[in-house]
Amino acid sequence: MLSVADVHLSFGGLKALQGVSFDAAAGEITGIIGPNGAGKTSLFNVISGFYKPNHGRILFQEKDVSHLKPDARAHAGMSRTFQNIALFRGMTVLDNIKLGCHTHLRANVWSSLMYFGSAQKEELQARKEIEEEVIDFLEIDHIRKAPITALSYGLQKRVELARALAMRPKLLMLDEPVAGMNREETADMARFILDAQARFGTTILLVEHDMHLVMDICAKVVVLNFGRQIADGSPKDIAHNQNVIDAYLGQAG
Amino acid sequence: MIIGNRKVSYLEDEKILNNGYKKAFVYTMIALAIALPFFADDYTILMASLVGIMLIAVVGVNVVIGYTGLLSLGHAGFVAIGAYSVSIIHNVLGHWGVPDIVHPWVALPGAMAVAALIGILVGLPSLRVKGIYLAVATLSANFIIIFLIEIDTFSQWTGGRLGLTTPDPNFFGWVLDSQREVYVLIAIFSFATILMVQNLFRTRIGRAFVAIREKDYSAEILGVSLLKYKLTSFAISAAFCGLAGAMAAYFYAKILPEQFELALSLQLVAALIVGGMGRTMGPVYGTIIIVLVPELLKIGMGAMMGNSIEAAQLRAPIQEIVFGALIIGFVLFEPLGISQIMDRFFRALNRWPFARG
Repeated sequence: MLSVADVHLSFGGLKALQGVSFDAAAGEITGIIGPNGAGKTSLFNVISGFYKPNHGRILFQEKDVSHLKPDARAHAGMSRTFQNIALFRGMTVLDNIKLGCHTHLRANVWSSLMYFGSAQKEELQARKEIEEEVIDFLEIDHIRKAPITALSYGLQKRVELARALAMRPKLLMLDEPVAGMNREETADMARFILDAQARFGTTILLVEHDMHLVMDICAKVVVLNFGRQIADGSPKDIAHNQNVIDAYLGQAG
Repeated sequence: MIIGNRKVSYLEDEKILNNGYKKAFVYTMIALAIALPFFADDYTILMASLVGIMLIAVVGVNVVIGYTGLLSLGHAGFVAIGAYSVSIIHNVLGHWGVPDIVHPWVALPGAMAVAALIGILVGLPSLRVKGIYLAVATLSANFIIIFLIEIDTFSQWTGGRLGLTTPDPNFFGWVLDSQREVYVLIAIFSFATILMVQNLFRTRIGRAFVAIREKDYSAEILGVSLLKYKLTSFAISAAFCGLAGAMAAYFYAKILPEQFELALSLQLVAALIVGGMGRTMGPVYGTIIIVLVPELLKIGMGAMMGNSIEAAQLRAPIQEIVFGALIIGFVLFEPLGISQIMDRFFRALNRWPFARG
């Protein structure tokens, strides 16, 4: 589904990523963990197209997407959320989610200006799909007309997930979906992620510091430390991997 | 929250006039606009036409500045392009012996298309620079356009500093040879412009513009190409400014390059700031204020100082000061403009007498 092949990224002398390689299998949840500054978010930015790697390639559905811009990767079926919520704050929840559908709508300038006819038909169809597939699914129907600024942090995170899901993505990248949440909110979010995977068959890539969540829902875990990939494998293997323990807890002696 | 406003279909919920207040207001305005030419005096028609022309342009400016968040100070240039294109196309078609009745159907779309193309060209810097830098880049575009119109090389087409006269347009055999008749055309296009721009912002293209304003990287991740949409925004905005120019060319006996200089660009932006950026009604409120201020000044100063030459000379700088004060005042105390004040007012009205504020 997604292959990251020997990706190197540096900013001047700072080597953010050094030879990261892994595959994310279709329909599975792959976790990426590592201490702060390990390069997790940099890796996400490389995969979604904000950074150009100095070396290495990103393969998405067997196609090289390394040269594509972020918007072209969205059209190919990649979607993501951000660590510090990147919703459109001046818009309502509904408009934010509608933007998630952008790649599925076809209206051009002329039909948009005229509205009645094809644009209206597709807008109503999209609205119906959003209401039934996303808003209902994520239980945010009570806030659909609310401006983003009026929502709590936990709800904003959920709306961002809703927006990403409205794209009906093949690959969903979640950057710390439960950061700063309490246990109950975390459990809710974990449920939503698992439901989305089960319902839409989405491949999910997850960066997260909450080890319980990662160990519970990921099929595979990739561990980064100082830009290097120090381990990958099933959660159980990772938990017992000496390199990983050293990276998180420090070496004895 | 407006109560008693239940919707049972998505179609109902997606309508622009989605509650009784809006419907009542818009239908009243349309009725008023239709009735106006039958009873209003020439002065009222003149004022209404000026508001209409300005409104079309400000709605256009709102697309780029209000909704897409790209500060442009060069939109008077697009108005000029529209005005001169219409004038030149009419004159050229007349020269070729094409029947009169065809002229406006070539000239209006032609003027909008030319303005849109120049808009794309002027919008190119927006891919690299933002904010004040973009404002300076577009500002210089305004100067270049006026310079090219005034330059001797092109004066055989543009009339140079002496300006151009546009033949009276012939719509379906009806020659619009008075300001009252051109007013009808302006009114139709004003409503049509507002409707079209409203439509734009309830479909994917308008939403993409707002997304770019709110958070450009987030828009990219959702498949919005910044290149394509920023330029589209400039093109649409310039096309409507071109339409405003076209109306001006039909309305005035003569168009002169100095009508489209920086002062007009600033007036357009001032109207937008005063009315409310990125709001439907913003351009409407703003335009009315900007067109009325000089008239009120004229009347007020006339009453105080009589119609002396000194008073007339004082009026221009005082007008600039009033515009400046309005912009500063609104930016400081009410950044979302009169729209916001009106929203608050209607909200309070709607809750009264059960709650305040």
